[in-house]
Amino acid sequence: MTGKTIGVSVPRLEDLPLVRGAGRFVDDIHLPGAWEAAFVRSTHAHALIKHVDTAAALALPGVYGVFVLADLLPHVATHLLAVGLPSPSYRQIVDRPILAGEEVVYAGEPIAVVIADNRYIAEDAAGLIEVDYEPLPAVSDIRNALDEAAPRTHRNAPHNLVAEMQLAFGDVDAAFASAPRTRSEQFFLHRGGSHSMEGRGLIAYFDKIDGILTTYNSTQTPHAAKRLLCDILRLEDDKVRVITPDLGGGFGPKLVFYQEEAVVCLAAKLLGNPVKWIEDRREHFISSAQERDQRWDVEIAYDHDGLILGVRGLVLHDHGAYTARGVNVPYGSLSALPLAYEVPTYRMGVKLVLTNTVPVAPVRGAGQPQGIFVIERLLDMMADELGLDRAEIRRRNLVPAEQMPRTKPFVTRGGIKVVMDSGDYPASQQQALDRADWDGFHNRQAAARTDGRYVGLGVANYVEGTGRGPYEPVTVRITNAGKVQVSSGAVAMGQSTKTMLAQIVADQLGHDMDNIAVTTGDTAATTLGFGGFNSRQTVLAGSSAHAAAIKMHDKLIKVSSVLLEVAEEDLEIYGNRVRVKGSDAEVSFAAILQAVSGIPGFRLPDNISPGLEFTEQVVIDPMTYASGSAVAEVEVDIDTGHVAVHRIVFAHDCGRVLHPQIVDGQVLGGIMHGLGNALFERMIYDENGQPITTTFADYLLAGADETPNMELIHLSAPTPLNALGIKGVGESGVLPIPAAVISAVENALSPFGVKITQAPISPPELVALIVAARNRQSVTAS
Amino acid sequence: MNITLSINGARIEVDVPPRMTLCDALRQKLQLTGTHIGCEHGVCGACTIIVNGRAVRSCLMLAVQASGATITTVEGLAHGDDLSPLQAAFRRHHALQCGFCTPGMLTTLHALLTEEPYASEERIRDVITGNLCRCTGYIPIVEAALDAREAYQRSRESAPL
Repeated sequence: MTGKTIGVSVPRLEDLPLVRGAGRFVDDIHLPGAWEAAFVRSTHAHALIKHVDTAAALALPGVYGVFVLADLLPHVATHLLAVGLPSPSYRQIVDRPILAGEEVVYAGEPIAVVIADNRYIAEDAAGLIEVDYEPLPAVSDIRNALDEAAPRTHRNAPHNLVAEMQLAFGDVDAAFASAPRTRSEQFFLHRGGSHSMEGRGLIAYFDKIDGILTTYNSTQTPHAAKRLLCDILRLEDDKVRVITPDLGGGFGPKLVFYQEEAVVCLAAKLLGNPVKWIEDRREHFISSAQERDQRWDVEIAYDHDGLILGVRGLVLHDHGAYTARGVNVPYGSLSALPLAYEVPTYRMGVKLVLTNTVPVAPVRGAGQPQGIFVIERLLDMMADELGLDRAEIRRRNLVPAEQMPRTKPFVTRGGIKVVMDSGDYPASQQQALDRADWDGFHNRQAAARTDGRYVGLGVANYVEGTGRGPYEPVTVRITNAGKVQVSSGAVAMGQSTKTMLAQIVADQLGHDMDNIAVTTGDTAATTLGFGGFNSRQTVLAGSSAHAAAIKMHDKLIKVSSVLLEVAEEDLEIYGNRVRVKGSDAEVSFAAILQAVSGIPGFRLPDNISPGLEFTEQVVIDPMTYASGSAVAEVEVDIDTGHVAVHRIVFAHDCGRVLHPQIVDGQVLGGIMHGLGNALFERMIYDENGQPITTTFADYLLAGADETPNMELIHLSAPTPLNALGIKGVGESGVLPIPAAVISAVENALSPFGVKITQAPISPPELVALIVAARNRQSVTAS
Repeated sequence: MNITLSINGARIEVDVPPRMTLCDALRQKLQLTGTHIGCEHGVCGACTIIVNGRAVRSCLMLAVQASGATITTVEGLAHGDDLSPLQAAFRRHHALQCGFCTPGMLTTLHALLTEEPYASEERIRDVITGNLCRCTGYIPIVEAALDAREAYQRSRESAPL
């Protein structure tokens, strides 16, 4: 079928196998004779390992291998996963060992692995392994982790500070000194895990004849995994192939390279047999990266009109027990705060704190929702103090459209200037407010209150840096069957990446989606690549696909012009062939390929270069800034603390929309994740560092009955930074939602003067706030 | 232990260890990998299959308990090359993104709509509270189910119970 392929909701390439139950997720791949792995994980948050007795496990029938760190050391170039992104802010280096040696520093840290006939036997054997621990004191709360008296996360470490940095511009102290008004607040924020419905996992096999390690791996970053496997196993980069099959969601933590990936690959190599390991849900809770606590001590200076003069403060950020990615999450928090609004002076410090908990790495939004939450809450409080409408104070502070592109006086973590390239933030807020009936809500709220119902409305804005560079390669080639084969370092993890690439390529090459095949996430298909994170793939891989497809288009036309003896401008591509406009004369892609493949001893037609294959890796260093506004309407049951989110109006600008239905889907899913962050999701550790919430019965994800009415408004200001005008959208939905929902809850409870400085907030916590506020009122009244 | 059961219309005999879960037996012994395992504690619903007409969690059932049962998995929903009306509606409404929870959503809703082809939006929403999806926000799933109701109503009328 041919037709327009960009800007319309074409059927997705991904869907047919997935709805038939014929997808191929990593656990669906059964290699003949494969064995399965189970890990022995620390039951202590912090302990010395005195001894590990593996004899009983090894004696169990069906067990082929048991490995502890000492068994693996002779076979690795390094046993430490040095994965931290570069930063001058580190105060100590705490890389994860592939298995714990003398010391375990979080409950769930892998200590040993069992390889057996199947997972049942492997888990039996793991249960027979006796680990002799000497428990050490643990630290699990960032609020006291930097105290001199606090236990050290690593027993020999000087302290629990892993990194510190600040983001600063302007003379913030002078701004505070002369400010008519200031306000000081403390916020306590938490995000939780990613909880992709598919956990992590991999299957590895080592071909002894070719010396090639192949692994199917549920990872967002196959090229990074390949590099690390090469480094650890001392293999050349043409001897390792990492393939991401269908990915059952990623949402951040699958971009990290984990201990299990190194160990399973090594076990497969040492044992000479395919080995599979599939993370179960409990393991996901205690071993996959999460985002957890941040405490913000923050001050804001402003004038009597509510204009922001400066923001300063200090953030404590839970880093977990090791560096699994770097300082990017708190950097994201710090840099998200001053984006949408005019913040003339700013100094926000952050201390990254080690705790005896699972390492922290990005979860959809990567720290940005927290920074947005803080500035949005401060604006609400300022509005309250000044008697201003909460939307009005935002209107006064939002960066106006006429200033686009607007350079902010700071840089990204990679040192790239922050230039907000496009968008109309005040218009976005206004459209969301109008749709949500912001101005008329007061009457509805008053009417509800006479019925004893507490409804509230909240608003929040966001600006998000998307499309992190530098590039993502795409190769476009024509196959012997005349099909267009597209390969990319990008990874398809649910955001319809294959469809996106096919749409962009089809737009240049015949408009037939059925004639395009897409390979993603295979290191054998592209030499270079980064993968899926930071709302980047449509921006980067999309741009490369566009460029490669244009080159292919031009060559197809050029060769056809020679073959058909017709001027290039008289030719057009239609389906899988090039035809002379307004005539029957045509030549198929397959025939064109044959012509440029050559015949031994004969000239190529018109000396055209051989083959039909183009690889492009369009480099785009500056990030492109997406933006939007959310209005939440909630109802609070003041007796139970239950919050019902009735409605979310979400206005957003992701630039040019390639596929309206997919963009809607990305935003809706992000909003639901944001609702979880506002009201439900909390990874709880006790004071000894024991994880408390390790099932979906204890850790709540938003379900179908929590879905509010959601209304999306699309503003579309194409970015000038890439040829297609695209900005990223995968994370946008989540960013303003905790702020908007909490604002709405506070608004609903305004008769009591409840103030909320945390997210998420649970029903019991909300009831406690209501009770305390009512007690204050009755004291005041008496 | 040898068990005999009917899966997607075929009579199947399979040898399973007594402790093997039904979902593992389907996936590992019978290569029916469409049924996915998301939590193994009965909350996420990804492993839902239809046993004797009822949607059940195959992670909470032992394979030996299914002896003699009639089972439909996601692989049994399509009619040959043609998607079932529910599958087609999922595709139309973009009711799946990564697709991992999709088999459980489809089987849960197929069992519901077969039994209650006039199920209200509220009823549909209530039934899939037992299935977690991290991608879609559930709205397109509910829309797809509503869209597919008519086909279930028609088949109910043509073949009254």
